Amino acid sequence: MRKNRLNQMYASVLVNAIYAMKNYPITLINTLLAPISILIVITLVSHGSLLSVSIIGALIMSMVSGGVSLQADLSHLKNDFRLQDMIVSSPTSALVYMAGMAISEIVYSLPAFLVLFVLAAIFVHATLLGAFTILAVLAIMYAFSIALGFLLSTISSDIIQNWAFSGIISTILTTIPPIYYTITYIPLPYRYIAYLSPTTYAAEIAQNAIGSIHLSMLSLAIDWAVVIIVSAILFIIAIKKNKWRE
Amino acid sequence: MRIEFNTLFGVVLEQLICKHLTKKYGKGAKALDNVSFFIPSSGIFALIGRNGAGKTTLIRILSTELMPTSGHASINGIDVVSNSKGIRESIAILPQESRAIPWLTPRQTVFSYLLYRGFSFKEANKLASKALSRLHLGRYADTLNRMLSGGTKRKVLVATIIASGSKILFIDEPTTGLDPLSRSDLWKILKELKKDHFIFLTTHYLEEAERLADQIGILEKGKLLGTGSLQELRRMVGYEYSIRLSDNSEKVYVKEGKRIEGLDGSMQILTNGHEADRIASRLIKNHTKFSINPTSLEDIFYYIVRKPIYAGNEEGEDEEE
Ligand SMILES: Nc1ncnc2c1ncn2[C@@H]1O[C@H](COP(=O)(O)OP(=O)(O)O)[C@@H](O)[C@H]1O
Ligand SMILES: [Mg+2]
Repeated sequence: MRKNRLNQMYASVLVNAIYAMKNYPITLINTLLAPISILIVITLVSHGSLLSVSIIGALIMSMVSGGVSLQADLSHLKNDFRLQDMIVSSPTSALVYMAGMAISEIVYSLPAFLVLFVLAAIFVHATLLGAFTILAVLAIMYAFSIALGFLLSTISSDIIQNWAFSGIISTILTTIPPIYYTITYIPLPYRYIAYLSPTTYAAEIAQNAIGSIHLSMLSLAIDWAVVIIVSAILFIIAIKKNKWRE
Repeated sequence: MRIEFNTLFGVVLEQLICKHLTKKYGKGAKALDNVSFFIPSSGIFALIGRNGAGKTTLIRILSTELMPTSGHASINGIDVVSNSKGIRESIAILPQESRAIPWLTPRQTVFSYLLYRGFSFKEANKLASKALSRLHLGRYADTLNRMLSGGTKRKVLVATIIASGSKILFIDEPTTGLDPLSRSDLWKILKELKKDHFIFLTTHYLEEAERLADQIGILEKGKLLGTGSLQELRRMVGYEYSIRLSDNSEKVYVKEGKRIEGLDGSMQILTNGHEADRIASRLIKNHTKFSINPTSLEDIFYYIVRKPIYAGNEEGEDEEE
């Protein structure tokens, strides 16, 4: 039988995003609420001065939460419904299943992206190069977060662990690091803590691209190097640890 | 020239063959210990055994989810260990404790599974409707799974795996946790499906194996203690009849047959035909009430494993009947 790989990937998008959104519309509000509520708070507290920074921050956060949800969803489908067992013994390959699941997280976040992109188009003033830089940062944060999601899903085996994982990961990646504001708001000795999270580097690149901070070429290069290397390492470990056929 | 076990003069036999299958998880004990058997790959094969016997481990190895530590297995001439790609097209599994995804409808459940298997939208649509109606699920097709009863949810999963057209189905404890009515409903379905499928199922309900299976395997602590039809297992045990004394009849002296204590503490005698006759007339003379039946799978299991099937079974909820 000729297998349609696009359909195989689309199956994950249906199960993990479209059917969930269609059958439980409340999920749409949920995905919108998290990034936008922080955006509103930061904007109000800063009297509007951090509006553009926090719109970009909300976009980065949406990307990163994709990976956090991915690990929860993969584990959920695997451990609670045994869907992955059914898929492993079928003609679907691990790569196709995982790619479909990764895409499903983007589809799931589409409502949030839509709103954020509209806000960005109105309030964020970036050069063409700046806009491309932001898109590149978003892409690499997505890659980083899905690699992390894959990796964590292979080591977490029950739902309690999952919730704990999701909580810790999203705190480390999105709450602690300065993505909705610039790092200069953090007093110096504590900045080093922020630099432990890869999202800090990604946010710096994006904030530099819209002119909210000004990085030296060296700092910019280091930031790019960190996000690329960390994502690549995570991907390699995730592929190596991948437990498809146990 | 080396002749493969599963071919006869180059003709592939329709068989499932396991040769010296062993599985060890980490440093633990062997979950499967040198399991070897062959059965025709048609009808229903029921693998029975207590919790932790290794049933799921065997089914996961055969359905290419798990690698054995050593040994071989093949289905219809295809090696499932080294050629998983070759067999996946023709198998489908319903894993133990699988659940219908609550936010999907039955139609969406079957349809998406078919897309996963590589069917086109059109084919998937057609096959999903066909499978749902074969299991009389038509009127629930567009209701969310979470609204359906436990038995119907389980049927949705059965519809899912048969929709793929796979002729080899692995079903791990299909009726665990179902009420008696849903269970017999599912039995009817499995009986119907075995006409055009090979069904490899595991269960710890002996009645289920007795009613459905053409072939039965008994697994205990990773070791396969016997395989065959119910009749063959009876012959293997050597006793064809089981006499159950109804009152507590310690005083009755029976020297023939094999005395075993029934699950409820009552006395039971396994025996063969002409002894049964003599024992029965003695019991009648003694005014002892008794029943006589062909040796049941429960008796056989007890005789072979030396333990009732529920001994040491932690899952209390499964014992209610
Ligand atoms: N993933 C695993 N890791 C470690 N031990 C396992 C794993 N799966 C099963 N076992 C052990 O292997 C034995 C057989 O388990 P299993 O095949 O699930 O039995 P059954 O399905 O008959 O209840 C049990 O002792 C169980 O604890
Ligand atoms: Mg089991």
